[in-house]
Amino acid sequence: MKILILGATSTIAHETAKCFAADSAELFLVGRDAPRLRALASDLTARGAKRVEVIAADLAQIDGHPALVSHAVESLGGIDAALVAHGTLGDQAASQADVQETLRQFTTNATSYISLLTLIANHMEERRTGCIAVISSVAGERGRGSNYVYGAAKSAVTQFASGLRARMAKCGIAVVTIKPGVVDTPMTSGIKKGPLTAKAEKVGRRIYVAMLKGEDVVYTPWFWGPIMLVIRTIPEGIFKKTKL
Amino acid sequence: MVTEVRSAGGTGSEGGVRAPNIEAPESRHESWGRFPRVNHAGVIRLTSLADLPDLGTIEGDILPFGYGRSYGDSCLNDGGVLLDATGLNRLIEFDDELGVLRCEAGVMLADILKVIMPRGWFLPTTPGTKYVSVGGAIANDVHGKNHHVAGTFGANVTRFELLRSDGSRLVCSPSENAEMFSATIGGLGLTGLILWADFRLRAISGPYIQMEQIPFGSLDEFFDVSADSDKHYEYTMSWVDCLAVGHHLGRGLFMRGNHSWQCAIPGKDWRPKERFTVPFSLPSFALNNLTVRAFNAVNYRSQYLMTKRGTVPYDGFFYPLDVVSHWNRIYCSDGFLQYQCVVPFVADRSAIKDLFSTISSSGQGSFLAVLKTFGNRQSPGLLSFPRPGVTLALDFAHRGERTLELLNRLDEIVVAAGGAVYPAKDARMSGDVFRHSFPRWEEFLQYRDVRFSSSFWRRVTDAAA
Ligand SMILES: Cc1cc2nc3c(=O)[nH]c(=O)nc-3n(C[C@H](O)[C@H](O)[C@H](O)COP(=O)(O)OP(=O)(O)OC[C@H]3O[C@@H](n4cnc5c(N)ncnc54)[C@H](O)[C@@H]3O)c2cc1C
Ligand SMILES: NC(=O)c1ccc[n+]([C@@H]2O[C@H](COP(=O)([O-])OP(=O)(O)OC[C@H]3O[C@@H](n4cnc5c(N)ncnc54)[C@H](OP(=O)(O)O)[C@@H]3O)[C@@H](O)[C@H]2O)c1
Repeated sequence: MKILILGATSTIAHETAKCFAADSAELFLVGRDAPRLRALASDLTARGAKRVEVIAADLAQIDGHPALVSHAVESLGGIDAALVAHGTLGDQAASQADVQETLRQFTTNATSYISLLTLIANHMEERRTGCIAVISSVAGERGRGSNYVYGAAKSAVTQFASGLRARMAKCGIAVVTIKPGVVDTPMTSGIKKGPLTAKAEKVGRRIYVAMLKGEDVVYTPWFWGPIMLVIRTIPEGIFKKTKL
Repeated sequence: MVTEVRSAGGTGSEGGVRAPNIEAPESRHESWGRFPRVNHAGVIRLTSLADLPDLGTIEGDILPFGYGRSYGDSCLNDGGVLLDATGLNRLIEFDDELGVLRCEAGVMLADILKVIMPRGWFLPTTPGTKYVSVGGAIANDVHGKNHHVAGTFGANVTRFELLRSDGSRLVCSPSENAEMFSATIGGLGLTGLILWADFRLRAISGPYIQMEQIPFGSLDEFFDVSADSDKHYEYTMSWVDCLAVGHHLGRGLFMRGNHSWQCAIPGKDWRPKERFTVPFSLPSFALNNLTVRAFNAVNYRSQYLMTKRGTVPYDGFFYPLDVVSHWNRIYCSDGFLQYQCVVPFVADRSAIKDLFSTISSSGQGSFLAVLKTFGNRQSPGLLSFPRPGVTLALDFAHRGERTLELLNRLDEIVVAAGGAVYPAKDARMSGDVFRHSFPRWEEFLQYRDVRFSSSFWRRVTDAAA
């Protein structure tokens, strides 16, 4: 199995990568922090990966995407599965104060996904087998006053992936949308942890299973499915008054 | 080197050549179609490459025999002796870096799969049953659903060793004894006994096939789907409804697939299921049960059917019939006739249409036929059956003259179109049809081992004199 991981330094993505490493997969990792990527490569090789290649790149630099994806395709000799995982939670207050900051957040969390997914899908289309997974979020289901910049970007990712799934189904390629709830990772270090907070290891493994099975949309942990069903049905008139 | 070259006339000691021990044939020494029934003078069981019989001292004609998965009489030798090669069942060397396997000629493909699959390799191509030997796969130069990509089995064989009745042992490859190499691939077991072979494997990630079933309404539609599918899919084949007439003529279900990317899917067991055996011959009313089964397996619901997709374990995809072992006993004890032919691609597709209308108007034959395109990849085999075109396979209950006449009519259409009839599935073609099918047969004669012959060979060549 030849797996491309974008945002490979993510805590969740690392957990998924560990599962693929145990299956002797070949991995191509992209992140922006070279020393951490090298440490990941050693870790995943020790865990059984047949081969690990890394490349450091800032994924917000969209112009670099075509060369990056081609490089991964060549290096792996074709991509069987890809996971797009990078992201920043952003500072809602800072985004409100500065449009440029809002757009930077949107570039990292949405535009860069749209670019990468298009390039990867176009490569995989001819292979007639494979999987593309994206980490969106339950935050993309409804715009909340406390972090709607992040939420809007994840919402764009969710809708884009939904359309891409319909397109790719015709050629046997699964597009998997992952919607985690709150996960204990550096991204949420500023957020209070509660009983619903999940461990990265569990979420990472769930992504691995969903990719192998070619599932469509996955809430992880599972209880976010029913929770979001309720949240989606709350009328806007009431929703706008909540402190979510 | 794994084997050393020895000459005949040795003693029975290790590495020598012994006088053969001829045993009585068993019930398994019949062909898959159970027609014709013949009387073999005896069977010599081969047990080891280090203990081979002196073929020169055997009286009568000799013929290698694998698992008897040939339908007609190409694996039979009426009045002669069979060399049962199934005891030559050892793997010799597996290079799992390069994907090359060397094994003795009696090793079954099913046995090879058990070893290579978990290590990331698959057969270069496989026939519709995994219960065949490597020797048999070479001697009939068998093809699979990926012929348009991989060519025949023989096209993936790089080297083998042949034992001739004069005691000589020839290592054959495209660069050593190249003519004998070409003659033996598809050589119907008549050039000598294959002892071992090297062949290339195909790298895979895991045991699943990602497949699609697409209904088509006519033969023209079949050709369209086929042309498109052969570009993107490694495995393609179709079931065609032989009962359909008029504007439904040639409707069916197209199956296509690729090796899927996953090495394992949680909750999806891929290991082949236990086999169920048909214990004895069933009366003729059970006829066609098997094709009904195959029919149901693909869930054929004529025009209401939609394209279906799925990721399925490889075993059911490649070997739907292997689930029931000895399913040939479902056919009545009179046996049955298979028929497989290939006709070249031509713009008007008239030959293939004529074949279907002749079959459907006769009211005979199974109600399902298999249709597949063969690609351009050429096999080294002199008498290899596959060639660019469309191949059609189906079975017929043996109802005497009526059936034979129908098959002769099909032969005429095939020969007129410049096609060929497949010896591995034949028990009745005429010498004339054989010679038209295999125009290089005369060239082949010089490589045949004169002590080797088969019921099939005598049938198609005796009248030539
Ligand atoms: C259900 C089913 C599906 C099939 N599907 C296909 C298919 O998709 N494509 C296809 O091409 N065929 C197909 N076949 C036919 C089958 O693959 C061939 O007949 C094959 O050659 C059988 O191999 P065997 O080991 O049983 O050999 P046998 O039938 O026993 O012998 C076949 C020939 O090989 C020779 N032979 C055997 N061993 C040796 C040896 N060691 N040295 C030299 N010669 C030897 C014999 O003399 C004989 O001429 C199918 C058969 C069945 C029953
Ligand atoms: N944690 C949660 O509660 C939660 C909930 C729902 C969804 N998610 C999503 O899950 C994904 C993974 O997050 P995580 O929880 O594993 O957090 P994490 O450990 O902080 O991982 C995020 C990773 O994205 C990388 N990244 C950010 N911007 C990048 C850029 N421009 N170029 C390259 N890499 C960049 C970061 O790299 P640096 O370290 O170099 O900055 C970091 O390694 C994200 O998409 C996130 O939105 C998380």
